[in-house]
Amino acid sequence: MSGFWRGCPVDTMNRMRFMPTWSRCGHNDSQAAGRHGTFAAMSPPGPAPTIELRGVYKRFLTPTGEAYTALRDLNLEVQPGEFCSVVGPTGCGKSTTLALISGLEPPSAGEVQVFGKPVTGIDKDIGYVFQTDAVFPWKNVLDNVAAGPRFRGQNKRAAHEQARDWIARVGLTGFESHYPHQLSGGMRKRVALAQTLINNPRIILMDEPFSALDVQTRTLMENELLALWSASGASVVFVTHDLEEAIALSDRVFVLTAGPATIKGAYQVDLPRPRNVAEIRFQPRFNEIYQVIWEDLRQEVLVSYERAKRSIAA
Amino acid sequence: MSVQSAALRPEATAERPTPSAVASADTLGSNQRTQSRQRRQRRIQLLRIGLGVGFLAAWELAAQFELIDVFFFGQPSGIANQIWKWVTRGTAQGPLWEQIAVTLEEAILGFLIGVALGVIFGVVLGRNRDVADVFGPYIKGANSMPRVVLGSIFIIWFGLGLGSKVALAVVLVFFVVFFNAFQGVREVDRNLLANARILGASPRRITSEVIIPSALSWIIASLHTSFGFALVGAVVGEYLGAIKGLGLMIATAQNTFNPNGVFAAMAILAAVALLAEAGVTALENRLISWRPNVVADVTI
Repeated sequence: MSGFWRGCPVDTMNRMRFMPTWSRCGHNDSQAAGRHGTFAAMSPPGPAPTIELRGVYKRFLTPTGEAYTALRDLNLEVQPGEFCSVVGPTGCGKSTTLALISGLEPPSAGEVQVFGKPVTGIDKDIGYVFQTDAVFPWKNVLDNVAAGPRFRGQNKRAAHEQARDWIARVGLTGFESHYPHQLSGGMRKRVALAQTLINNPRIILMDEPFSALDVQTRTLMENELLALWSASGASVVFVTHDLEEAIALSDRVFVLTAGPATIKGAYQVDLPRPRNVAEIRFQPRFNEIYQVIWEDLRQEVLVSYERAKRSIAA
Repeated sequence: MSVQSAALRPEATAERPTPSAVASADTLGSNQRTQSRQRRQRRIQLLRIGLGVGFLAAWELAAQFELIDVFFFGQPSGIANQIWKWVTRGTAQGPLWEQIAVTLEEAILGFLIGVALGVIFGVVLGRNRDVADVFGPYIKGANSMPRVVLGSIFIIWFGLGLGSKVALAVVLVFFVVFFNAFQGVREVDRNLLANARILGASPRRITSEVIIPSALSWIIASLHTSFGFALVGAVVGEYLGAIKGLGLMIATAQNTFNPNGVFAAMAILAAVALLAEAGVTALENRLISWRPNVVADVTI
């Protein structure tokens, strides 16, 4: 885990790109074994990855009936307890990646594995913090946080007790009987965090969770997230369009290409932990990392910007 | 604010007014605003009452001076007399309160059954695309039919008593509630559904804890109109054939060429409908108290 640039398996990706489509998702034994071999050689030593995406494609039908490819030959691995960020230009398929890992959406081709098993549905060990408010507006804070345990069959008393504990951990004590519309955006995010973390997920997926918050609240929330994460030992996949946020939080940053997205590069962030998000940005090492990743990301942002301009002009 | 901190943050002091100045300007503005709002409300109240009183007075005077024929148009004093007579001496079918109670019973029963069926069908069809596609054309067809004509068939089926009126009210209420419930279920926020699924909710829990609460504002919006429809069903049912009820009173008044009687029964019906409307609004505020600001002022 020492090298700054930990390559994603570029040569494997190139090789696979020239293979006929049928063989990518085929169950040909020798081929599968061969691919496993390649991956084993590329992946770092240690325990099996918590999340593994191999040659994943995702196509959607647009309302006009055209097929739209969101993800193209995506390969990604997340280690146990690792905090990973996924950055990329707007609309490139970052959220789709999370939907595949969570089991909300199946891949069109390729393999998505979680805890060493293919994803077939929603795993109870996965938590998901959505970009927009997804707390239930008709439940008060206590019932919102207690929703997970209640859905999973716990009785009301125990669920509420657990929820009170989590409400305290995210600093919302005293707001138990408030409804979401009575809270600020930052407080609603805290509710969403508690709602997710109360289920003790081993994987936490976060889809631009703080993008709607003002800068100060955001820094505060990022620090709290790091504290909660380090206590939980869960793996995190954090989708964001903000490279600074990605570097400040993560162990590793994946850069996606402009849609259809595939991994352009994976970068190890070797900044020491525990981190203070507000201060780490002033470290010289932070800037070095930022410059290297930004060089990579910039090209993709330009591509996507040019495309958007053309589609508006058309 | 000390000189030192002002020197440190010059732009803050230069551009922002001091807090006290802001506060006083604010309170001044809000005072003026409340005052003008109160003035406006008083004016509206006066105009409202004036409009009603003026209309009744014009009607009464026109009848007194024989500008309009009392035989056809009745007159307010006659209507008041008629109501007083019903209250004190009862109607041709029995005491007035009994007629009101009968009509209300029919309307409320029809309303409750219609709402229950509408919500159940709306949720089931909204949740299940295949069922919705199969039933869709039939429901649309049934809805496009003028359903009041069903009253005749219901009287043949259920007789002159309670049953036929309740059935008519149910049919009228059902469609209003059904379409709203269906739409409400279809409009549930995708994110909330995804969140509930991730948190571990079973399909049944999703229905009871996400879909129904979310569709509730749609359903409740339909209750305002649907109680009116329940009353229509009850009254029209009585009109077509009954032994008791406000609808029968109207029919009787019509047959005896008594316009005052028709208007008097109408006034009583209007009062009942307004009371029911207030009840639905109270229910709405109770059931969806979580909503940011329950709009109570927009309805007319």
